[in-house]
Amino acid sequence: MTGRVGVVVFPGSNCEHDVVEAVATLGGRAELIWHGRTDLGGVDAVVIPGGFAHGDYLRPGAIARFSPVMDEVRRFAAEGGPVVGICNGFQVLTEARLLPGALQKNSGLKFLCQPARLRVDSDGSVLTSGVAVGTEVTLPINHFDGNYTADPATLERLRAEGRVVLRYVQNPNGSADDIAGVCNEQGNVVGLMPHPERACNPLLGGTDGAVLIGALLGAVSSRLVGSRPA
Amino acid sequence: MRFQAVVEVRTRPGMADPEGSTIEAALPALGFSDVSGVSVGKSIRLEVDAPDEQTARERIGRLCETFLANPVIEQFGMTIAGTAAS
Repeated sequence: MTGRVGVVVFPGSNCEHDVVEAVATLGGRAELIWHGRTDLGGVDAVVIPGGFAHGDYLRPGAIARFSPVMDEVRRFAAEGGPVVGICNGFQVLTEARLLPGALQKNSGLKFLCQPARLRVDSDGSVLTSGVAVGTEVTLPINHFDGNYTADPATLERLRAEGRVVLRYVQNPNGSADDIAGVCNEQGNVVGLMPHPERACNPLLGGTDGAVLIGALLGAVSSRLVGSRPA
Repeated sequence: MRFQAVVEVRTRPGMADPEGSTIEAALPALGFSDVSGVSVGKSIRLEVDAPDEQTARERIGRLCETFLANPVIEQFGMTIAGTAAS
């Protein structure tokens, strides 16, 4: 029994079909959920995809946070449901305070569109459950505001609790502590700047993303979240 | 009473401001080597209906804290520029 992945679509989202395609490639089922809806249609996981939700006006994710569907996403997350935000989706999740910190402009002030080498630094999230810590993957990055920042106490807490899910091997954007992805305390809400969904098919230049999307589908099947390292 | 306000949202001290530093780095080439401390923020003009200025300031402050500024990376200031009959 495979569960269903709901992919939220805001005005300005542009990676939703990539996620649907990647999930299908890996044998899962995915469907789109318009941001104006007030229900999630009983899906077993939610992905907030990349793009420019509401035009990124004010700040990336600032307006998306108030879309009607976000109340349901918040409720789903509080119940332990898997929620993954990719790129703009990560920005939405930090603005919605479902994840700590914020994403600033890249330190070099350039829009970055390139492959990035990354290291899995925690297996305690729905996106990395069952993936060996230390595993390296190459995934596309495609962002202007990917420079992760948080106050020192929050950064220390993320480190101590094993909540830094992914780190850049070579920091491309100035992110604090090379952070490319983090999760919440329970590990069921994850945000990351790189795009695993764009690396699930050899035709697209790589399949390293399949290990992460596959882990999410595993979490969807089991709704079990692995324990984080102490 | 309708209060006309200008909200300024700017990067918190200590946070990277790559836009400001890039502008500053370009200034010497333009002959402005005497300019420093450049930072870039947003200016947002708005009007709010409130019985008095204190209430207007509280409403705008709440709006800034919850929406117009992200407290993780930004701070805000406000100026009441004038009033008009609502």
